[in-house]
Amino acid sequence: MLEIKCPHCGKRSQNEFAYGGDATIKRPKLGDKVSTKDWDDFVYFRDNPRGKHQEFWHHVSGCRQWFKALRDTATHEIFNTAKLDEEL
Amino acid sequence: MTGNFRTQSDNNLINKNKIVNFTFNGETYQGFEGDTLASALIANDVHLVGRSFKYHRPRGFLGVGVEEPNAMVQLHEGDKSEPNIMATEVEIIEGLKAKSQNCWPSVKFDIGEINNVLNRFFPAGFYYKTFMWPKSFWMSVYEPIIRKAAGMGVAPIKPDPDRYEHNYEHCDVLVVGSGPSGLAAALAAANNGAKVILAEDKAHFGGSLLTDDVTIGNQSGKDWADETISHLKSLPNVIVKNRSQVFGYYDHNMTVMFERVSDHLDNPSKYTPRQRLHYIRAGEVVVSTGSIERPLSFGNNDRPGIFLASAATEYMKVYGTLVGKKPIIFTNNDSAYKAAIEFNKNNIKSLILDTRESSDGDLVKEVQSLGLEIKFNSGVADVKGRLKITSAIIGKLNSDKESFSSLEEIDCDCICMSGGWTPTVHLSSQAGNKLKFDENLDAFIPNNKRQKETAVGSANGSFTLKQSLIEGFQAGFDLSNAITSNNKNTPVPISKEASYKAHDKFWCMPLPEGKKPKRFIDFQNDVAVSDVELAVREGFRSIEHVKRYTTLGMAGDQGKTSNLNGLQHVSNIQKKIVPEVGHTTFRPPYTPVTIGTIVGREVGNHFQPTRKTPTHKWHVENNVVFTNAGLWLRPRYYPRENETMSDAVNREAMNVRKAVGICDVTSLGKIDIKGPDAAELLNRVYTNAWMKLPVGKARYGVMLREDGMVFDDGTTTRLSENHFHMTTTTAQAANVLSHLEFYLQVVWPELKVNVLSTTEQWSGAAIAGPKSRDLMRKLFPSVDFSTEAFPFMGLVETEIFGIHAKLYRISFSGELAYEVNVESNHGLFMWNEIMKVGEEFGIQPYGTEALATLRIEMGHVSGPELDGRAVPYDLGLQGMVSQKKDFIGKRSLEKNAYVDPLRQTLVGLVPIDKKTKIPEGAHLVENDKAPLPNPKLGHVSSSCWSVEYNNPFSIGVLKDGKNKIGQQLFAVYPLKNISIPVEVVSSHYVDPKGERVRV
Repeated sequence: MLEIKCPHCGKRSQNEFAYGGDATIKRPKLGDKVSTKDWDDFVYFRDNPRGKHQEFWHHVSGCRQWFKALRDTATHEIFNTAKLDEEL
Repeated sequence: MTGNFRTQSDNNLINKNKIVNFTFNGETYQGFEGDTLASALIANDVHLVGRSFKYHRPRGFLGVGVEEPNAMVQLHEGDKSEPNIMATEVEIIEGLKAKSQNCWPSVKFDIGEINNVLNRFFPAGFYYKTFMWPKSFWMSVYEPIIRKAAGMGVAPIKPDPDRYEHNYEHCDVLVVGSGPSGLAAALAAANNGAKVILAEDKAHFGGSLLTDDVTIGNQSGKDWADETISHLKSLPNVIVKNRSQVFGYYDHNMTVMFERVSDHLDNPSKYTPRQRLHYIRAGEVVVSTGSIERPLSFGNNDRPGIFLASAATEYMKVYGTLVGKKPIIFTNNDSAYKAAIEFNKNNIKSLILDTRESSDGDLVKEVQSLGLEIKFNSGVADVKGRLKITSAIIGKLNSDKESFSSLEEIDCDCICMSGGWTPTVHLSSQAGNKLKFDENLDAFIPNNKRQKETAVGSANGSFTLKQSLIEGFQAGFDLSNAITSNNKNTPVPISKEASYKAHDKFWCMPLPEGKKPKRFIDFQNDVAVSDVELAVREGFRSIEHVKRYTTLGMAGDQGKTSNLNGLQHVSNIQKKIVPEVGHTTFRPPYTPVTIGTIVGREVGNHFQPTRKTPTHKWHVENNVVFTNAGLWLRPRYYPRENETMSDAVNREAMNVRKAVGICDVTSLGKIDIKGPDAAELLNRVYTNAWMKLPVGKARYGVMLREDGMVFDDGTTTRLSENHFHMTTTTAQAANVLSHLEFYLQVVWPELKVNVLSTTEQWSGAAIAGPKSRDLMRKLFPSVDFSTEAFPFMGLVETEIFGIHAKLYRISFSGELAYEVNVESNHGLFMWNEIMKVGEEFGIQPYGTEALATLRIEMGHVSGPELDGRAVPYDLGLQGMVSQKKDFIGKRSLEKNAYVDPLRQTLVGLVPIDKKTKIPEGAHLVENDKAPLPNPKLGHVSSSCWSVEYNNPFSIGVLKDGKNKIGQQLFAVYPLKNISIPVEVVSSHYVDPKGERVRV
C-alpha cells in the first residue's frame, strides 16, 4: 500500500485516495473546433511509460482535493506531489 | 507421562511444574507448559507425524520453527479445525487435539504410500506428462483425480467462530527478529529516541542467544537478551511483540505482521482476538531475521528421526527435549558440533561424521576434548528404518567425493545434520533488494536496496556474534539518528564466542553403489536430487522453470530449507555458478497466515459499512425485505401474509397506479451546488440547457462522459439564482461528485462554484399516484397544489409542525407524484405523518421492485440501460442534447459510429404468449434456430410484470429498433435453453404521451 503525501493534508495511506489518470492531458477548450484526431488523442490515447509518470490523484476520503503526483510506474516511488497550480 | 526423552537439566524455557494434556491421533500425551506440539511429541518418542504430499512417505520432524517442511498437522476439531499447521509452531494447551493429515486409514499404515512403491512412475512433471490426452478426459477423468490428490489437510466447512482484529501502527524503526543483531538495533534506536517496534516470531526473545554458549559484556547471551528485552519493554517509545511474524514487505515501507494473541492461552477471554494483523508503516526496517540451516542430501534423508542439527540443539536447550539417545551428527561445517556438546551434557555420546578433511574450530576442539569420535571425510549414504530410523549406512568418501570407499552400518535413533546456513533474505527481497551471491557462504545476501530496509546479522550474511552486534548497534543508531537527529550512541558490549572454520561446499552425498535411494532436496513437495537432474536433462534451464516443473520450493514452506540446495544442484549440473542461475522470487507471505487474520473483523455485517435511511426502523417494523444498493439498505418490497414477492410487488405497483404509494428515496445522491457560476457548471456538465431555468423549477438532466456515453441522469432544481440542488442515481452518487470536483478543480478552476454532497442531510419520500395531490393537500394545508400554482417540475418550500420541508413535483413512476424532503433527523417523523394522513387515501409503501415495475412500464431508463455503452440517441434522449452549446462529451457524439442509424436503440418487448417473463440479459435474435454464432440484434435490459396490462413487459436495446416496432423476434437465453417469441413495441408502454404526471 502506497503512502501518498496530499499537498493539503500531509502523508496518508493509499486507501484514502483514488487514482485519476495522466496529469499531462489537457482538455480542449469548450466551444473550440477540435479535429477528430485531437479529440481521440484527448479521450483515448495515453502513454504508458515505464518510469516517471505525472498523474492526478483525488483525496476522496480526505479533503476531496485533486492534486498531481510524480510516480515511478515500475517502482511505485513517489518523487513529489503538488497542488494543481504548482509545478511538480 | 511427559515423556522419557527429556534432558537432565532444568535450564530451559519450559515450566516443569505445569503438566499439559493433549491428544495426537486419538492418543493422550503429556507435555509441559512452554512445549510446542513438536517438542512434546518428540519427548514422548513420537516421531511419525505425517505423510508427504506426493509419495505419502512417512515423515517426522526436520526443524524446530517456521522452517519445518514435514510435521504438518490438522489442529482442533469442528468449526475450529485448521489444516496444515506446523507442529513446531503450536504451543500446547490443555486438551489440544491434533492429528496427522494426508494419510488413510492411519499415519502408520497409509494406502497412499503405494505412490512411493510406484515412484518411478511419478517423476518430475508427472502431471504434465500423464494428464495430457485424450482431451475429452481433462474435465471428466483427470480433474477429479487431481483434485482428490491435491492438498494436505482438510479445510473446515463451518464458519470460523474466532475473533480476529486488525491494527494500524506507525513507527520510526521496525526491527524484525530478536536475535543478537535485532536486539542491538532495537536497543540503539530506542535509546536514541526513535519509536521502535521489535517483532519476534517465537514465544521467546533472543534468537540464537537461546542456544549458543556465548557471553555479552559479563553476562551469558541469554541473560543479556532477557535484560535487553526488559529494558526495551520499560521504554515508552518501544513496542515489543513476541509470537509475531512480519510476513510481508510491501511498497513504501508498509509491512504486515501477524500476531498469535491467544492461540497459546488455555482460556482466553471471549473478546480477546485469536490473532491480530498489524499493518506497520515503518520509517526504517531492520531485517534481523537470522538464518536457516540447510539439510544435507543422502539416501532416504527424509525418514523420521533425521533433524537439522540446530533444531536438535534448540529442542534440548529451549524445550528440554531429546530428539534421540543414540545420535549421529552429520555435518559439513562447525556449527553442528554444538548438538554433540549438548548431547554430551546429558551423557549421550554422539558419533560425528564430517565431510571435511579436518577442522580446528573451537567447537570441534571441544568435542575432541570430550572424547567423542569424529570421522572426517565421511558421510551418510543411506538409512534404514521406514517409520523411524534404526541405523545409518555410513562410509568414507573417496577423494573426488563422487563415491564411498567403504560402507558400514551403524545403529542410531537420530541423525542431526547440517549443510550450512542460508540467510533469511525473504523480507529484503520482497522489499525489492537485488540480492547478491556470497561465494564464502554459498548463499544470497542483501545487496542493493530499493526501500528503507537494512539487513543485519546472519540475515546479512554476518555469522559471528561480534559482527552481528556491531551491525545491529550501528544500524540502530544511524537509522534513528537520521529520523530523530539525536546523538545518543549506545556502546557495543564486548562479546565472546567460539571461532568457526570454513564449511565444506559439498552437501549432496553420492549414492551407495548399486542402490538408488531417494535423496530429497524439498521435503514438503517430495522433490529429490533425481527430479532436479531429470528436469535439467529434459531441457529446463531457467531456475523459475525448474521450480515449476519439479515443484521445488513451491510448497507451503516456500522452500525455506530447500531453495539453496536446489539452486546449487542446478548450477552444479549446468556447470555454472549459482549467481548465473539466479534465484526464484520471494513472495509474501513468508509463513502461512490464516484467512481469518487477513479478513479480520470484516465479516458478516461488518464486511462493509451499512447505510440506513432515517426511516429504516419503520421499514423493519412493517415487514420489509431489504435489498442492497451499494452500501445502502433499501426497501425491496413489503410482503403481507402469504404473499409471494411477485404478489407483493404487483400489489404495491398497482396501488401507485390506482391510489397512492410512498417510497423511501433517501439514498438518491444529492449534491448542493452554490456559486455565481453554478448555472454555467450545470450547462457544461449536462447535455441540455440550464442558464435560463427559473428559480423554483426543476429540470431533468443527462450527463455524459467525455467519450459520449451516458454517465448519469437526475433532476436538478434551482433553489435560488446561484444555488442548485442536484440529484443523481444511488449508484453513481459518489462518482458524480468526484466528476464535478475534477472539472471544477482541474479543468475549469476559473468557475466560482462549490459542490457538496448532501445525500445524508435530506430524507426523501416519493408520494406517487393519482391520489397523491389529495394527500399532499391534507398534509400541507397552506400550500396551493393546483397545477397552475405548483406545476410539474415545480418546487415549493414550506413548513410542517415547524419543520422545514422541500416539496418537489417530480416523478419516476410516471404518475402524478411529489417528493417530500426534510432534514434527516425529521425523516422518520415525516414518514409517520404521511402514513397517518395517507391512510384514508389507501396509501401503501412500495419498494425498489415496484419502483422498477413502474419505471419500466413508462420506459424510463435506469442503471441497466445506463451501462456505459449507450449514447443519448440509443436511449431516446436525443431531444435532451443541446445543439447550441458545448458540454462534456459533446464532440464524441459526432463520431461516425454514434450517428449510425442502425445503432441499438431502446424498445419495449412483450412476449407473444403474454405469459412468459423474459429474463434480463436475454439476447434478441431474428431466428432462434439459426446456427451459432447467431447474429445478436440486441439484449433485454429490464423486465417486469406490467400491472397496467397484466402481462410481462421488458425494455432493451435493439439494432435499428425504431424501425422494428411491430416485428416478431426471439429473446433467447442459451445458458438455460430458453427461447421466447417476443413482439417489439414502444418502450413507452404506459401513458406514452406522459399526461399523467401533468394532471
